[in-house]
Amino acid sequence: MTPRRRLQWYIVGIVITLALMYVISLAGFGLPGLIETGLLAMTPLALAAVGECLNEQAGTVNVGMEGIFLITAVLGVYWAEVFGSGLYGLLFGALMGALIGLAFGVICVYGKANQVIAGMGLNIFALGLGPFLLMSIWGFPGIHIFSQDLMFQPLRFNIWGGFFSISPVTISAIILALLAYLLLKRTLFGIRIRASGENPIAVDVAGVSVARIRVLMCVVGGALAGLGGAFMPLGWFGGVVKEISAGRGFIALAAVVFAGLNPILALVASFIFGFSEAVAFTFVVSPGVKEIIPFYFVQMMPYAVTLTILTAAIGGKRFPRALGKPYVRE
Amino acid sequence: MSTRLHGTIKPIAESSVAVVVGIVAGAFLMLAFGYDPIRAYVALFYGAFGSTSGILESLAFATPLMVTAVTFAVGVRAALFNIGAEGQMYLGAIGATIVGGAMFLPAGVHPIAATLFAMGLGALWALPAAVLKIWRGVHEVVSTIMLNWIAFWFVTYLVRTYFGEPGRAERALPALPTARYAVIGETLTTVILVVVVFCIAVTVILWRTGIGFELRLVGDNPEAARYAGASASKAILVSFLVGGLAAGLAGASQILGRPPSWTLYATLGNLLNLGFNGIGVALIGKNHPIGGVFAAFFYGGLLHGGRFMEYNVGVASELVQAINGIIVIALAMPEVIAIIRKRRES
Repeated sequence: MTPRRRLQWYIVGIVITLALMYVISLAGFGLPGLIETGLLAMTPLALAAVGECLNEQAGTVNVGMEGIFLITAVLGVYWAEVFGSGLYGLLFGALMGALIGLAFGVICVYGKANQVIAGMGLNIFALGLGPFLLMSIWGFPGIHIFSQDLMFQPLRFNIWGGFFSISPVTISAIILALLAYLLLKRTLFGIRIRASGENPIAVDVAGVSVARIRVLMCVVGGALAGLGGAFMPLGWFGGVVKEISAGRGFIALAAVVFAGLNPILALVASFIFGFSEAVAFTFVVSPGVKEIIPFYFVQMMPYAVTLTILTAAIGGKRFPRALGKPYVRE
Repeated sequence: MSTRLHGTIKPIAESSVAVVVGIVAGAFLMLAFGYDPIRAYVALFYGAFGSTSGILESLAFATPLMVTAVTFAVGVRAALFNIGAEGQMYLGAIGATIVGGAMFLPAGVHPIAATLFAMGLGALWALPAAVLKIWRGVHEVVSTIMLNWIAFWFVTYLVRTYFGEPGRAERALPALPTARYAVIGETLTTVILVVVVFCIAVTVILWRTGIGFELRLVGDNPEAARYAGASASKAILVSFLVGGLAAGLAGASQILGRPPSWTLYATLGNLLNLGFNGIGVALIGKNHPIGGVFAAFFYGGLLHGGRFMEYNVGVASELVQAINGIIVIALAMPEVIAIIRKRRES
């Protein structure tokens, strides 16, 4: 697909989204509320997706973000309770994510692991570790509700004749997407990151360590996914369950593919996917709608939307040539 | 003969290294939470393999994993990461419920019809991922996961609205007595024979037929496959369909062949993660359907023994799942595995 046709697709997508928003607001669902929820749902997706963009630009695919979400959601709540502060929970979530990213990076770069298999291993590990931690820390299977004082409070603005709240984490996610874009396109280090994914030999010949760049990007990707994971209970749900991530790690991955590794487009895709989740949440509780569309079909919506949009918008995207391949010096 | 033997021993040795890594990592996790890993593992392995009933029960746990492992293995053979066994298995389970629980058929035909219908639904659910891959190049890791979640809610919907057992909202209609496989002992039924025959059949297809050769060629060397005129699209389609049949069989095995409930819980609790664990089992079995049978026996033992570990030592049985993940990560690293190879050469 040429860039011009791609641009047309984005315009079509944005128009459809806006039209959908308008119809929804006409139907009396309250657009500000929907956008609020959409931004909440966007946040973990966007954080993980931006991190994964950097990660993949450097040449490493991490399909284990689902697992990082799960582990850091549980550990974020744990540290929040230890320190008595939601902010510390978020920061430690990011730290835990960074450590997992570091381990993943070392395994993939120095261990020359098959990245998709290692990532799936991380997911399977987390499927067990999450419930294991819930049980071992709080002694209760599958769910933990913490004191609501620990919630990381959103900022509230008085607009649209009411309150509009947005979490500082959401704002950070948006800023981080912009920063990641600038880093990749406008800095020397960004060029090195992209070259590690595109032509690692050239980076090596220039005297820059491909391995170090890739591991560093895995750490950054892990930290962002970790922040997103800790955000889910601490900034959004107010509790942690063993299936808290619910496929969001893979939805973030879909956003990355959709965006062709462009952090800003990944942010846009995350908002679309997050918004569809918000619509689903709203449908579930709306009288008049919940009777017509069964709850179960509403629950499918974010996944169906992700798959549909990804199918429609895929193609014409170039991914780094050395993506997913361990770099071996000859 | 000696090379053939070597060809069997090497993968076993490699998998054993990874398994040891997983078990040691599990021990560290237990230590971190103040449990005694030795006592826990003794309870686990004795519970799993220390008695006839333990072994039978471990085999019962292994049965669905043998086939969900085939789903992943057949994918890898065609260079695909089909992680959709989970959702395809849900469809298989509801298929078995529809024919096995809601229809009346004569005793001999009933389990066959129910199993075949379940396998068909599993394959049907694998189809979108194959089509999207061939038609639009949608990566199967994303598409199969999305389909897994759609399947989860779709099957939950069917159980809750149409196929619930009257008076027991928490579960679906159980398989009728005519549709059930015969019990061998404990919760192991003759469905394991069907599963093993299926694994052998897939092995034969992969290594003894033209289409199997084509599939493996596309997986091993797409460039050469193109020159040889092998169709990548056909390989992808066949791989997904066989994988779907396998996952559907896994779902059926839990409904038609798993006492005492013979049913699907509305939370899908008795199926959850069997598909994902199949990935680990496939990798331990070196992506060979027969290797997967043995790997499944080992991992089924861990799952069954995990309950003893939880009961006797108090370690949450989910730890077994975490160990599986570590084994997979270890198996992803050829360098770690190569250590034993180097030692033998020197």
